[in-house]
Amino acid sequence: MNRKNKSYDLIMKALIWIFSAVTLVFFLLVTGFIIIKGAPQISWSFLTDIYKVTADKHGILPMMVNTVYLILITLLISVPVGIFAAIYLVEYAKPGKIVSVIRFTTETLAGIPSIVYGLFGLIFFVSFLKLDWSILSGALTLSIMVLPVIIRTTEESLKTVPREYKEGSLALGATRLRTIFKIILPNAISGILAAVILSIGRIVGETAALLFTSGIVPKIAQSIFNSGRTMSLHLYLLVTEGISTDEAYGTAFVLLVIVIVINRLSAYLAGRLRKRLQGGSAE
Amino acid sequence: MSNASELKKFNKKTRIMTFLVENLFMVCAFVSVLAVAIITFFIFYSGLPGMIEIGIFDFIFGTDWSPVYADGGFGILPMILGSIYATAGAIIIGVPVGLFTAVMLSRIAPKWLSRIMRPAIELLAGIPSVVYGFFGLMVIVPFVQKFFSLPMGQSLFSAILILSLMILPTVITISITSINSVPREYTEASLALGATKIETIFKVEIPAAKSGILSGVILGIGRAIGETMAVIMVAGNSPYMPTGLFSSFRTLTGNIAIEMGYASGLHRSALFATGVILFVFIMILNLVLMAITRKGGAVRE
Amino acid sequence: MIKVRTKDLNLHYGDHHALKDISMDIEENKVTALIGPSGCGKSTFLKSLNRMNDLIPICRIEGLVTLDGVDIYKDVNVVELRKKIGMVFQKPNPFPMSIYDNITYGPKTHGIRKKSMLDEIVERSLRDAVLWDEVKDRLRKSALSLSGGQQQRLCIARTLSVEPEVMLMDEPTSALDPISTLKIEDLISELKKNYTIIIVTHNMQQAGRISDNTAFFLLGEVIEFGETENIFNVPTDKRTEDYITGRFG
Repeated sequence: MNRKNKSYDLIMKALIWIFSAVTLVFFLLVTGFIIIKGAPQISWSFLTDIYKVTADKHGILPMMVNTVYLILITLLISVPVGIFAAIYLVEYAKPGKIVSVIRFTTETLAGIPSIVYGLFGLIFFVSFLKLDWSILSGALTLSIMVLPVIIRTTEESLKTVPREYKEGSLALGATRLRTIFKIILPNAISGILAAVILSIGRIVGETAALLFTSGIVPKIAQSIFNSGRTMSLHLYLLVTEGISTDEAYGTAFVLLVIVIVINRLSAYLAGRLRKRLQGGSAE
Repeated sequence: MSNASELKKFNKKTRIMTFLVENLFMVCAFVSVLAVAIITFFIFYSGLPGMIEIGIFDFIFGTDWSPVYADGGFGILPMILGSIYATAGAIIIGVPVGLFTAVMLSRIAPKWLSRIMRPAIELLAGIPSVVYGFFGLMVIVPFVQKFFSLPMGQSLFSAILILSLMILPTVITISITSINSVPREYTEASLALGATKIETIFKVEIPAAKSGILSGVILGIGRAIGETMAVIMVAGNSPYMPTGLFSSFRTLTGNIAIEMGYASGLHRSALFATGVILFVFIMILNLVLMAITRKGGAVRE
Repeated sequence: MIKVRTKDLNLHYGDHHALKDISMDIEENKVTALIGPSGCGKSTFLKSLNRMNDLIPICRIEGLVTLDGVDIYKDVNVVELRKKIGMVFQKPNPFPMSIYDNITYGPKTHGIRKKSMLDEIVERSLRDAVLWDEVKDRLRKSALSLSGGQQQRLCIARTLSVEPEVMLMDEPTSALDPISTLKIEDLISELKKNYTIIIVTHNMQQAGRISDNTAFFLLGEVIEFGETENIFNVPTDKRTEDYITGRFG
C-alpha cells in the first residue's frame, strides 16, 4: 500500500513539474524570440517613417496612429454603452426573464469568433450601412466585440461599492440617479478602468475582424470614414504577403511591448482595487 | 410649518431628465440583445441561400472545395475536419499541460515561483494571435520540418502546437480559480484520512473543481475553433481532406479569411455559409457551457 | 404636539407579514425609543417613516403614515420627505470623501452651491453634533480616518446638515465603545430640544436613560406604548414585563 502510494505520488509530482516547465519554456520561447529578433529592428526611422515602399519608407507610424485612432473611436462607442448597461443590470433590473436574456446575449457575443465578427462587419457596416472600409466600420464592429468585457467588469466593480454608501446617500434625500453618479460610479472607477485597459489589449491584437472592415491601407486615416491599417493587420500582411521578415519582427516586437505595458497597467489597477476593498482609504 | 406644500413639491425638469437617463440605461442594456439579433440575422441571411443552392448535404459533407473552377465543388468537409482535428489536438495537449500547471501554481509552487509565473501567464493571454502565428511560422514550422524530415513544416501538427499554446492561459487561469474555490473542508478531510497532498489534489480537489475546469476546457475549445490568423500562418492551407498529422490542412476560419478577399457570387455566399456553420457551432458550445455552469456553480473567467 | 403618526400600518415582505396594525403617535421634540427582541420589526418600522423601504421591491405597505398630518405615501416627493426625516444607521457609513464633502453632500443635493453658505452649514452641523472642536483643523481629511465614535457623530452631523425635523436612529451606538456611546447619548438629549427623535435600541438601559416615550415591539406588533417611566416601572402587559426583566430577548 505504501509502495503504490509512493510511486503514484512521484509520477504525478514529476508530471506537474514537467508540464509546468513546458508552460514556462513556451512563454520564454515566445517572448524571448520576439524580443531578441525584434529589438534590433527598432530604429527611429522604423518608428516614425510613413509606409511607402516605392519611396523606400518602411516605417510603422501610420499603423500606430491608425491603431490609436481605432482604439479611441471604439472606446468612445463601447464604454458609455457598456457602463450604462452595467448600471441598468446592477441598479435597476429586477432578477428574472429580462435579465437572463440580456446576460445570455452578452455571453453569446463574447463567444463569437472574430472572423465571424469580420464577416458581419463587412455585410452590415461596410455594405448595408454603406460605411465602406473605414475606421468607423472597424470601430463599430470592435465595439460589439468588447462590449461583453466592459459590461461584465463594470458590473463586478459596481457590486463592490458598499451598500451603506448607497443607503446613506438616499437617506439624505439624494435621488437614485444622483447616488449613482456621485457615489457609486466614482467608487467603481478602478474597475471600469481595468475594463478599458483589457479592451484596449483586445483591440490592439485584433486582426480577423478588421481585415474586412477597417481595411488595409497603410496610410494614416484622415478621418473615421477612411480606411486605415492597424499594427496587427500590418504584421499579418507582412507575413502572408512575404514582404519582409525583418519588418515583421520589428512590428511583432512593438506589439509585444504594447501588450506588456497594458498588462502591467491592469495589474497595477487590480492591485489598487484590492487595496481599496481591504483598506477603505479615500484616495 | 407648511410641510404639506413642501412635501408635495415636484421638479418637472428633474422628472423628465430622470426619466430620459434611466431609460437610456435600459436601452444600452438591450444593445447586446439587439446586436445578437442583427448578427444572427445578417449572417444567416447572407449564408443560408448559398448553402441551400449548393445543397446542405453537399455543402457540409462534400469533400471537394474548388470554387474557382468552372464546375468546382463547395464541400467544406475538409475544413470541418481540419477545425475539429486541430481543436481536438490542441485540447489533448493543452488541457493536461494547463491543468497540471494550474495545480503547480495553486497548490505546490513556492511564493517566489508563483510571483514569476502568474504575470507570465497573464502576459501569454494578452499576446495577439498574429504574433503567435508569426512565432509559429518562424520557429515551430522550421523545427517541425527539420525534426520530422518533412518537405514542408506547415501542417496539422504545427497548428496543434500553436493552438495548445494559445489556449494554455485560458485553461490555467480558470483551473486555478476552480481549484482555489474547493472548500478547504474537503482538503482537510482527505489529509486527515491519511492521503498525501498529491492524492488529495487529484482524487479530491480536482474532481470537486470538475465543472469549473470543464468550463475552462469549453472556453478553450471555443478559442481554438475561432482562431484564424495564427492557424493560417502554420497550417499550409491546402483545401483537401487532411491525410495525416503532418499534412497541410485548412480550417473553417482559415477558409473564410483566405478566400474572402477575392470571392464573388456563389463562392462568396459559400464563405458566408461557412460563417453560419461556425456560428451555429459556437452557439451549441455556449449552451453546453451554460448547462455546465448552471449544474456545478462553476467559476467563469 | 404629534409630529409623526401611523395608523393601522401593515407591511409585508413578500409573504412575510412584518408589521401588524401599528398605530402610534410620535410626539414632537421628544425621544421615542423602540425596544424589543431582534427581528421584530423595529428597524422595518423606522424605514417606513422615511420610505427607505421603497428600495425593496417585494415590500408592500398598507395603512397611514403622516408627517404633520400629510400622508407621506401619497403624492409626496420622496426627496423632500427625506430632507425632513433624516436617518442615522447602525454602522457608521461616512462616504469615502473628506469630512467637509461628507457634510456638504446633502445641502448640495438640495441646491445649495455658495461656498460661504456651505462653510457655515459645515460648522453649524459639526457643532451641533459636538464634533467641531475635534475636526475643525482637518476638514479636508478623509472621513474614514476618524474613529468609530467620531464617524457616527459625523453621520449625525451629516444628517443635521439638511435641517431635518425628525431624526431616525437605528441602533446608533451598538457598534461603538461605551465612551462614544455615552457621548452620543448626551448628544441625543441635547438634540431633542430642536428635533423629534425616534431611536431603535437593543440596550434597555439606554432606552431608560434617554427616551421620553417607549414602544415595545414583539413579532411585528406594538405590545405596549407609553411614557418610558411607565413602561419600565409599571408595564401593563405581561410580555412587556418579561422582556424588561430579561426573561427573554
